[in-house]
Amino acid sequence: MRYLPLSDSDRSEMLAAIGAKSIDDLFVDVPEAARMNGLIEGLPLHASELSVERQLGAMARKNLVAGEVPFFLGCGAYRHHVPATVDHIIQRGEFLTSYTPYQPEIAQGTLQMMFEFQTQVARLFGCDIANASMYDGSTACWEAILVASRITRREKAILSSGLHPHYVSVCNTMAQFSDDALATTPPELSAEPDTERLIGKIDDETSAVVVQYPDILGRIFDLQPIADAAHANGALLIAVVTEPVALGLIKSPGEMGADIVVGEGQSLGVGLQFGGPYVGLFACKEKFVRQMPGRLAGETVDAEGKRGFVLTLSTREQHIRREKATSNICTSSVLCALAFSVHLSLLGEKGLRQLAALNHSRAATVADRLSRIPGVQLVNDSFFNEFTIKLPVEARPAVRTLAERGVLAGVSLGRLYPDAPQLENGLVVAVTETVTDEDMDALEAGLKELCA
Amino acid sequence: MTVNPSGWRPSTPLSAESGGATVTGNRALMLEEPLLFEAGNSERTGVDFECAPAEAGAQSGSLPSQGHRLAGLARTGPIGLAGLSEPETVRHYTRLSRQNYAIDLGLFPLGSCTMKHNPRLNEKIARLPGFADIHPLQPVDTVQGALELIWVLGEWLKTLTGMPAVAMSPKAGAHGELCGLLCIRAALEARGDAREVVLVPESAHGTNPATAAFAGYRVENIPATKAGRVDLDALKARLGPDVAAVMITNPNTCGLFEPQMIEISRAVHEAGALVYCDGANFNAIVGKVRPGDLGIDAMHINLHKTFSTPHGGGGPGSGPVVLSEALAPFAPLPFVEKRGGEFVLIEEENSDEHHPGSFGRMVAFHGQMGMFTRALAYMMSHGADGLRQVAEDAVLNANYVLRELDGVLDAPFASTGPCMHEAIFSDRGFAEGLSTIDLAKALIDEGFHPMTMYFPLVVHGAMLIEPTETESKAALDQFIAAMRAIAERAKTGDESLKSAPVYAPRRRLDETLAARKPVLVYRPAQAAE
Repeated sequence: MRYLPLSDSDRSEMLAAIGAKSIDDLFVDVPEAARMNGLIEGLPLHASELSVERQLGAMARKNLVAGEVPFFLGCGAYRHHVPATVDHIIQRGEFLTSYTPYQPEIAQGTLQMMFEFQTQVARLFGCDIANASMYDGSTACWEAILVASRITRREKAILSSGLHPHYVSVCNTMAQFSDDALATTPPELSAEPDTERLIGKIDDETSAVVVQYPDILGRIFDLQPIADAAHANGALLIAVVTEPVALGLIKSPGEMGADIVVGEGQSLGVGLQFGGPYVGLFACKEKFVRQMPGRLAGETVDAEGKRGFVLTLSTREQHIRREKATSNICTSSVLCALAFSVHLSLLGEKGLRQLAALNHSRAATVADRLSRIPGVQLVNDSFFNEFTIKLPVEARPAVRTLAERGVLAGVSLGRLYPDAPQLENGLVVAVTETVTDEDMDALEAGLKELCA
Repeated sequence: MTVNPSGWRPSTPLSAESGGATVTGNRALMLEEPLLFEAGNSERTGVDFECAPAEAGAQSGSLPSQGHRLAGLARTGPIGLAGLSEPETVRHYTRLSRQNYAIDLGLFPLGSCTMKHNPRLNEKIARLPGFADIHPLQPVDTVQGALELIWVLGEWLKTLTGMPAVAMSPKAGAHGELCGLLCIRAALEARGDAREVVLVPESAHGTNPATAAFAGYRVENIPATKAGRVDLDALKARLGPDVAAVMITNPNTCGLFEPQMIEISRAVHEAGALVYCDGANFNAIVGKVRPGDLGIDAMHINLHKTFSTPHGGGGPGSGPVVLSEALAPFAPLPFVEKRGGEFVLIEEENSDEHHPGSFGRMVAFHGQMGMFTRALAYMMSHGADGLRQVAEDAVLNANYVLRELDGVLDAPFASTGPCMHEAIFSDRGFAEGLSTIDLAKALIDEGFHPMTMYFPLVVHGAMLIEPTETESKAALDQFIAAMRAIAERAKTGDESLKSAPVYAPRRRLDETLAARKPVLVYRPAQAAE
């Protein structure tokens, strides 16, 4: 077996050194009844590289690859071009095969990268500080609600109807097991977000208001009035960003008064990967630092006075504080954070602004073209790179029909909100820099035909 | 190019002249690297964009003509990001990478972390466009191969553990623990028997009590025996109608199999509670023992430990959870079912019909697809025969280290018999003033990553060594020789251990300073101070 260096003579020699007659002597503690003497049944024997590649390659080929067809899906996962440098760096063994940097003398590479990542995320979100990553956007969102509960000592959070329904679902699941009560409703197919409703619901028992920006329909809106209303009642504003590229073009949530900003970092560096692994982003005001979940890299000096970085404030964490920790999170998503950070370093301020402007411009072109199709209505006129249209027919079967013709047209609201018939004609269309003019033609032609 | 045929060398060593300092701070291949925010600036970029004439405005970064669609929210001020050109980016991260220890460089004996070789075939498979470039919300007809892969991996995990069901979506080990406890909670509530307490052995990973608290339980410890096992009598005495579950790690964090595991499970079940098993140490028994035969109800499997997906400096991991018949109905959404030749995604909309008891959703999408592909490539490569050999070689390597170091270091449980996949030692016999950390840091100078230290808490100054099966005998012998030499120095009171490491990119770092005055992001003002 190619991954196992011991030879049979090594094994015999080592058993002799240990004083064991056979390998079974080392498994004596396993109860007789539970010991398997032969090979486990129902599994094949070992396979060559070539054979594994063939078998899994065949499985991979059964999927319709986003990059090979006109592709317009978003709703929490975006397809951007990832520079080749990103994958090269994350495949360097010193990053790929290193451990959580508990031994800082031999982990400065990861620690400095984390520190740079924290700085990038904090600046992008307009916050004071950020942590070194969470599992994904949805779990970061729930952790933010918990942080708000601890800070305000209140347990009622109000979720915007524009929050990704899967994020709502994760939060509702987790809230069953905590003392938190969550209030939410599905969105309406309108240009206006539910700012008024949210503000109306805030009272002196509210721990936090959670809004997504841009929201699930792609709408963008001023967060400041919500922040002001929340703060006036002693509550926090949590903003959720699932498309961080947007912040190259529009104001950050932090600038508009958000106290905690969490998000999904997948759109920079990570790729689609059928939903994971992704990278959760978590940023907040500095005064909340001791309530934060997850790892934090901090600056310090070594015994010779040289600058270096360490994992810090670990008294918040499970390996020190056990049941009193701020979260049970241990392994997070550092390699994806590296991919995010390398991509953002390559882009820089200038590149991110260009990328964002290009996304918006192409999305606006597609919105114009689609809204000219008879029967199709553009729901929101304000957006970044994603918008919602209302079709004259149910969107979910339309998406399936177009997929059969080799066009991945967007995410139907029927897929996201199967219990909301009032949304069934809604289609969320995302347009990134990867969309070509030919892709636009194909989408327009396909929708025209279905709507005729 | 010229060579130096005379072999001439400067007669004065660098250190005599300059105290070892170089002008740049570099030392040959050891290169210092400034922060991204010091090296880069807001004007530099390493990405070019295609320039369509209609989008010329977008190219300059100025507001595009459709600016009216931004609801008045166009960014006005700078973000504060720093950019680098492509060559500078490659150099920045390559230099940083060289300051990291990694499994690709050498032995990584971190107990309970299973730092084994990460095969590159896994990376190749994960990057096939059919897996890497598909969207989680594509129509299910267009991702049948991806759903098939998730299903097939689940079948492997069920077969290897002897368990009837598996939840694939948890994102890491601790998330898997949470999944298991939420299943337990949902099952108990479904029978109208809400309970409040989770029992955790004092040797457990920190995630166990943290997870139990996160799931809304009160945590109580159960003690260990002198032989490093769960104290069955103490456990039985504590079991009662308020106990929801017992979380057991098996093999445990002392590297020992719990020989009374079947009795433990029976006692827990008789008291109406359920058994959660922390599967972090599954590598020791894969292919040799099926946890399902030990009476457990839920166990997470760290794909980034046993099944070789890379740790990546702290994730991403993946923590599927195998479940007993009692817990299967409560498994989280989404998951994949095979119906005829078709793979069906069970989500909120179709769960009422087929899976009404589910406790809900834990993550936005389907779990760690990129880790599933890697783990399955690893499992198929080994097969039933190779996986059994994995466990045997892992246990053999650990016992070899245990016997070769027993006598040099205090091995508190060595007299009770063999260990499983990891060997544990204490700091007994070290000279006054020297501790485990000093030995560990000296190991860095010898070119090894330190072992797990001061964990589990039940052993004084614990050193937990897990070599894994992917180390050769030669590598183990070199490690053992280094350990013996350093242990002797610790016992004879060699004070120079306290200044180790000497040869690493950094000397010991001031963690107290970092925590007392946290600097968590780069701020130029602070840099100037």
